Amino acid sequence: MSKLNSKIPEGSIADKWTNHKNHMKLVAPNNRPKIDVIVVGTGLAGASAAASLGEMGYNVKAFCFQDSPRRAHSIAAQGGINAAKNYQNDGDSVYRLFYDTIKGGDYRAREANVHRLAEVSGNIIDQCVAQGVPFAREYGGLLDNRSFGGTQVQRTFYAAGQTGQQLLLGAYSALSRQIGLGRVKMYHRHEMMDLVKIDGKARGIIARNLVTGELERHSAHAVVIASGGYGNVYFLSTNAMGSNVSAAWKVHKRGALFANPCFVQIHPTCVPVHGTNQSKLTLMSESLRNSGRIWVPKKKEDAEAIRAGQLKPTQISEEERDYFLERRYPAFGNLVPRDVASRAAKERCDAGCGIEANDTNEGVYLDFSSEIKSKGKQAAYALGDHDPTEERMIELGKKWIEEKYGNLFQMYQKITDENPYETPMKIYPAVHYTMGGVWVDYNLQSTIEGCFVTGEANFSEHGANRLGASALMQGLADGYFVAPYTVSDYLSNEIRTGKISTDGPEFEVAENEVKESIDRFLNNNGSKSVDHFHKRLGLIMWNKVGMARNEQGLKQAIEEIGLLREEFYKDVYVPGSSDEMNPELEKVMRVADLIELGQLMAVDALHREESCGGHFREEHQDAEGETLRDDKNFKYVAAWEYQGSDSKQSTLHKEELNYEFIKIADRNYK
Amino acid sequence: MASKFINITLKIWRQKNSNAKGALETYSLNDVSTDSSFLEMLDQLNEQLINEKQSPITFDHDCREGICGMCSLYINGRAHGPDSGNTTCQLHMRKFKDGDTIYVEPWRSRAFPIIKDLMVDRSAFDRIQQAGGFVSVNTSGRTMDANAIPIAKADADKAFQAAACIGCGACVASCKNGSAMLFVGAKVSQYALLPQGKIEATDRVLNMVRQMDEEGFGNCTNTGACEIECPKGISIENIARMNREFLKGALTKS
Repeated sequence: MSKLNSKIPEGSIADKWTNHKNHMKLVAPNNRPKIDVIVVGTGLAGASAAASLGEMGYNVKAFCFQDSPRRAHSIAAQGGINAAKNYQNDGDSVYRLFYDTIKGGDYRAREANVHRLAEVSGNIIDQCVAQGVPFAREYGGLLDNRSFGGTQVQRTFYAAGQTGQQLLLGAYSALSRQIGLGRVKMYHRHEMMDLVKIDGKARGIIARNLVTGELERHSAHAVVIASGGYGNVYFLSTNAMGSNVSAAWKVHKRGALFANPCFVQIHPTCVPVHGTNQSKLTLMSESLRNSGRIWVPKKKEDAEAIRAGQLKPTQISEEERDYFLERRYPAFGNLVPRDVASRAAKERCDAGCGIEANDTNEGVYLDFSSEIKSKGKQAAYALGDHDPTEERMIELGKKWIEEKYGNLFQMYQKITDENPYETPMKIYPAVHYTMGGVWVDYNLQSTIEGCFVTGEANFSEHGANRLGASALMQGLADGYFVAPYTVSDYLSNEIRTGKISTDGPEFEVAENEVKESIDRFLNNNGSKSVDHFHKRLGLIMWNKVGMARNEQGLKQAIEEIGLLREEFYKDVYVPGSSDEMNPELEKVMRVADLIELGQLMAVDALHREESCGGHFREEHQDAEGETLRDDKNFKYVAAWEYQGSDSKQSTLHKEELNYEFIKIADRNYK
Repeated sequence: MASKFINITLKIWRQKNSNAKGALETYSLNDVSTDSSFLEMLDQLNEQLINEKQSPITFDHDCREGICGMCSLYINGRAHGPDSGNTTCQLHMRKFKDGDTIYVEPWRSRAFPIIKDLMVDRSAFDRIQQAGGFVSVNTSGRTMDANAIPIAKADADKAFQAAACIGCGACVASCKNGSAMLFVGAKVSQYALLPQGKIEATDRVLNMVRQMDEEGFGNCTNTGACEIECPKGISIENIARMNREFLKGALTKS
């Protein structure tokens, strides 16, 4: 029935990866310089892969649309990276990280991939320290850890609230070294416009030089797509403005299946929307839930008074506050997984207890006052003061908070003009990460031979919900420790191929198609801007394919997006020309793909008649509003095959998920 | 957040490409929410220009939360505008008043040629990094355990503070000499402070400084404008450390 072969190696879960590596084919060092590899994207997954493949001796070409590879959006990851080191002696292990990730993903991820991720997690930290990544340390000089959601151990390594930045700069330094040595050729301000296939194999890409507008042909023996996630389909998300689905979508259009598109992570702690001109949303790291307590007023009247500016949060007494995560999920408290925390916040705001005075009254408090006092007391004791005054505790506690989260508090203050050391932060869920992506097998190869997909762009590790601090882990695992092996195994069959010409008809046709689609938009002479359509798409997605979904809404979304697509092609206006720096042209090409993707997300969400992880179908919930999974009918990966721009026509392929090593159970954080 | 709306006049540098001659053009923009960021204000202006079928303003931006380093802009004569400790994307319109005239220019530096309007080419920074901004360690998965070498917290913290540089180029734009020494000093310092970086310290500083000079950046004359305008508060201590490392390297390198 299925064209999907996940190629999971035989053997016990703990031996699969080692055995598989031992039996892979190799390319001898003297043959590697004859082989070309293209890497699209220079975030954690792309930069690490490009650097590692360059070190091995392949000819690597790396592409990014930003002005430097160092600016890829991995840079914005804040809180940390997980690794099963058990430095804190609190019961962590490879198995525990594996188990937490499968459970966190609500039993919709592939066991073998997740176990491999947990296995290599420790090597990532070793590698990064060797590169000079300045992780946070304790006074004894050893690495510090903290907790993230969905776990009961401290396994998260961090560098203040800038962990993604430090890890990416580490990968960027490794990449820079290879560029300097001439083993990687870097194409910045270049965007991949299409994948070129020859005889069914990925053989290159068409790229556009964003400065000159020139279309370029690049050939290779393998193409690695590491272009990130598609959260920008919602217009407002925590993604960077340029983040897009186009590289992944072009691969999908050329025949790669796209898996679980409806699995989107809505992050509970983001700064609420301020108004109609808002361009993006800003995350406040999950690490803050180590120290902050989430609450709303118990009484609706108090929430109304706060919104009207008649009451301040500090005036609401302890008894009148509803710490709703601690109330509903005592075992994990404020550190429940993101999907659970987001839905709980929405439930309280829907009940009228939201505290933000914007159009939707949506917002809850994240309050640090308890932590400031308790950490201040600890700090005072450490200084020999065993009877500190309240003021002393608060003063020292604020210092402690500043050291741990200083940059986050500063970011919050810049955006809101409020001081979170004095008054609780206002937060609300926002689109943050996409678990879905291009379907890949155990080797991270898509259904197109020679086309590998890594990091957030693929679907594989996080099931229906990703745990915090696991995206950085996956990106670097794929790029440093998985792709170099599996891509080499594939390339072992390419040592006799020789240089691939870019003069063939396949490159010609692909380039002409890109040219035509650029010209069509530039000559469209419509009346509305690209952003106009992007915002309308985002609204449909947020309202009907967002935190809560139902059959009627999804059916409407599918129709509305279909109509929006038609109107977009008729009426979008793109200024300027194709032979210059033209950001509007870049945007229109990306939004065209986002529209098709958005419709497929609604199709996928409609077909998945269950609730799991971030996918919440209102029809499938228990009496307490928790998700009801349907393992009998939906314990599979839904992989869609492209059948034209109307995503309603996409065809479904299923990869059944087998849980051999973990007993599948209800996901309970109570 | 109680938002207000203001009307402003903008004087913005327009330049078609690196070869064309540029000029300041004047635009009026009404109903700007004081809760908007500076870049959201430019989005609003661009939407207005597109609707009038005029050419929108090209500027660099991406993460819009102060970490990617892509946004630039010289606003009213200051890199990243009038607020301190922020990037342009973190600057909000509440810092301006109704009726204000705001001047918006690109980074001005010989080593950062203009691509279009407010967008400049900062690839010189990448080339400096390529010359030595790394530890020469291959991906292996077989390096020693991450806790094998303890590092004093004070050193790790200082290395982190230097590594917090976002590579935006505000230091260069603010410097009367167009010097990149804060950027290079921060990278040299990060590695010089960590045991992993010490092995190649001499070659690193010599190679990075050589590349910096080749790119056409100027020298440091200790004015300190870079430190004041740096959105991440990178200290000029790092320049002093780089100078010490350089001197040490130049004297010991055979």
